[in-house]
Amino acid sequence: MRISPDGTILIYSKGPEIGQGIKTAFPLIIAEELDADWTQVHVQQAAINPVVYGRQSAGGSRSIPASWDQLRTAGAAARSMLIAAAAREWRVPVEQCQAEKSIVIHPGSGRQLSYGALAEKAATLPVPDEKSLRLKERKDYKLLGTRVSGVDNRAIVTGQPLFGIDQVLPNMRYAIFEKCPAVGGKVKSANLDEIKKLPGILDAFVIQGTGKVNEVMPGVAIIANSTWAAFSAKRALKITWDETAASTDSWSDWIAQAQELSRKEGSTSLLSTGDFNKAAADAKFVEGYYRYPFVAHAPLEPQNCTAWFHDGVIELWAPTQTPEAGLAAVAGVLGMPQEKVVVHQVRAGGGFGRRLINDFMCEAAAIARQVGTPIKLTWTREDDQLHDFYRVGGFHAFKGAIDKSGKLVGWSDHFITFTADGQQPTSGGDLRPDEFPAQLLPHVHLTQTMLSLKTPTGPWRAPRSCSIAFAIQSFIHECAIVAGRDHLEFLLEIFGEPRWLKEGDPYALNTARAAAVIKLAAKQAGWGKALPKGRGLGLAFHFSHAGHFAQVAEVSVDANKKLRVHKVTVAGDIGPIINLSGAENQVEGCVIDGFSTALGLELDIKNGRIQQTNFDSYPLLRIAHAPEVAVHFIQSDYTPTGVGEPAFPPVAPAICNAIYNATGHRVRSLPLSGEGFNV
Amino acid sequence: MKLTINGKEHTVADSESATPLLWVLRDHLGLVGAKYGCGVAQCGACTVHLNGTPVRSCVTPAAAAAGKAITTIEGLGNAKGQLHVLQEVWIEQDVAQCGYCQAGQIMSAAALLKQNPKPTDADIDSALSGNLCRCGTYIRIRKAIHTAAARLNGGTAV
Repeated sequence: MRISPDGTILIYSKGPEIGQGIKTAFPLIIAEELDADWTQVHVQQAAINPVVYGRQSAGGSRSIPASWDQLRTAGAAARSMLIAAAAREWRVPVEQCQAEKSIVIHPGSGRQLSYGALAEKAATLPVPDEKSLRLKERKDYKLLGTRVSGVDNRAIVTGQPLFGIDQVLPNMRYAIFEKCPAVGGKVKSANLDEIKKLPGILDAFVIQGTGKVNEVMPGVAIIANSTWAAFSAKRALKITWDETAASTDSWSDWIAQAQELSRKEGSTSLLSTGDFNKAAADAKFVEGYYRYPFVAHAPLEPQNCTAWFHDGVIELWAPTQTPEAGLAAVAGVLGMPQEKVVVHQVRAGGGFGRRLINDFMCEAAAIARQVGTPIKLTWTREDDQLHDFYRVGGFHAFKGAIDKSGKLVGWSDHFITFTADGQQPTSGGDLRPDEFPAQLLPHVHLTQTMLSLKTPTGPWRAPRSCSIAFAIQSFIHECAIVAGRDHLEFLLEIFGEPRWLKEGDPYALNTARAAAVIKLAAKQAGWGKALPKGRGLGLAFHFSHAGHFAQVAEVSVDANKKLRVHKVTVAGDIGPIINLSGAENQVEGCVIDGFSTALGLELDIKNGRIQQTNFDSYPLLRIAHAPEVAVHFIQSDYTPTGVGEPAFPPVAPAICNAIYNATGHRVRSLPLSGEGFNV
Repeated sequence: MKLTINGKEHTVADSESATPLLWVLRDHLGLVGAKYGCGVAQCGACTVHLNGTPVRSCVTPAAAAAGKAITTIEGLGNAKGQLHVLQEVWIEQDVAQCGYCQAGQIMSAAALLKQNPKPTDADIDSALSGNLCRCGTYIRIRKAIHTAAARLNGGTAV
């Protein structure tokens, strides 16, 4: 941070801003411990320098928990130095001084000095030992936990250049890069001579690439004097692909194969505790076969990157979630030392996990090296849909066992997922043995079968949990129905005694926190209230990314399966809240994203090609169908954790359970539009 | 070809007459507030006004805007640099998440308030039906439009 004589405080926000609000939250933590006057704070994104900043990436909802102590300490250290400078000036002990809103005060004498006046002297003092710093208690917070407007909001609403796609450099050219719509296809030939003659086109060439999907796949680059010239030429581009090694994946074939496999146990055992078969023999037995589709990230800002190769250095302006990894990837692809790669952070128009992988940076780098002038690579929406690292689809053949007292005692899941290498599940397609509720039940049998795929997959908002929660939390409701029990009571019973499954580990389930959010959501939503015919409440819980979240959806469904989600009541525990406005916004967004995805999003894959290439066939939810969202946080004293992801997983099952309670129709496959529901 | 944008006249080469207005604004004139999201008038991130009417600039040829008053998000406030009430409320109520769609949302909302100073939820839903928000800020967008309408009508802010 830099404190100027006029009192303005510039704080460098170290991580990527992708809409999760971290560019406001990080400086807010520093400002709290600094006792800064927030109205005097300005924020800039930091240079990439892990030696100075530590972790500089945005993923896994880990920004807050991974940086909490570091940022508090930084703020407290600076405050301590400012106080020390004032105490020296006044020749009084530091213990007699205090700080408030960018002013150091000596209450004994009534003397005051502003941070601006002290900054120069404070900067010359030694940085105090971390252990000597006293961090604030939650009750003393003045900024944290309040609602603070995002630091870029003025620039956003006035259309200032902020995003990756807005970058302009002198003498910059505009580039597109066309790859095979079936991953793995290579360029056999292309009408490059024709393309080069088109208006505004400066060059067109084949890039063989590294053949790695997270780096540079084979394709044709077109360089133009405007984005539109490049996009127009792209339409005229005719490439003959060698598809010998290309994907021939087919979603409909996989659906058929999984259906067949679901009748048997999986080929690999993931977890076996107790004796499920014996438990099932003595119990009421429930079965359910669930399915969820592949989906795309579809951030509204398509992938893009501006790159400039000059003087043996490559500079990149990249809307990425992982600038450090992107830097390393570019260095690897170009065969350059990492010191010769400079990555500038720019605001990203949505992330959702897509920008954890930096293929677009590697492509821009490869093109820029060939061109010599700065280039901006812009993907079309179609490129973005066709060349994503998708949220993987999956299938679950569940069995549940309910004992004579109506308690869930046995849980079996044959999970049918996908593998790219024949060894491990593909990214986002693994079922962890500690996935709820397996670790809480006495008789558990989890098996797995993997189908081969070539379609690239990757982390998608709350990876695994974003899809698995729909299946698991819906099936728990099915078990409650068969048991003849109230879903709320049945669900709470699974948690048993209050305990933290791994004491001190925020990524381990805490059954007390789980029960508390479930009870709070139910109470706030009026669980058990009388509702008219065709209207229902549905409950779901999920623990992911260190966040305990429960939700109750209130829906109505008419005779034509017209669905309305009236309200979703959310209760969450992520520890103390940093920026209440930002946290509420993330939860509202998770609910709308959760409903949007559950309602209408599904990718069909035919002959290795994604069929939904723009928003006409990939219908994100629109404003008219956005439900009311009520957000309730339990602000506990646990370490604060992230909120971009964990509010997402319970949305789909809460809505589907509500649909069952409204209509008696059990949704076992997403999206809802595929089951005949409409809005 | 002459284009009048935010009250100022710009000359653009006639060879760009078929180029979508969006790309003329962004690449030729350096006005990047209007965003590219889909290129097929599905997402509304590129929304600007032609004579006060919201259009999707990604499918509007530049020539079709010649002779009309083009307003972009950069020119929505007044000449003195004061923000439009919608922009003020958008900041106060912290509407944005990633922010990429918000210029388009505000342009659609501004056109709505001009012809309907007291919109209902249904009016808002209809006027903003062409604007996608991938982050899901619709609840805040709706509330902000109501607040701005109340303020324009001399009422107290919600």
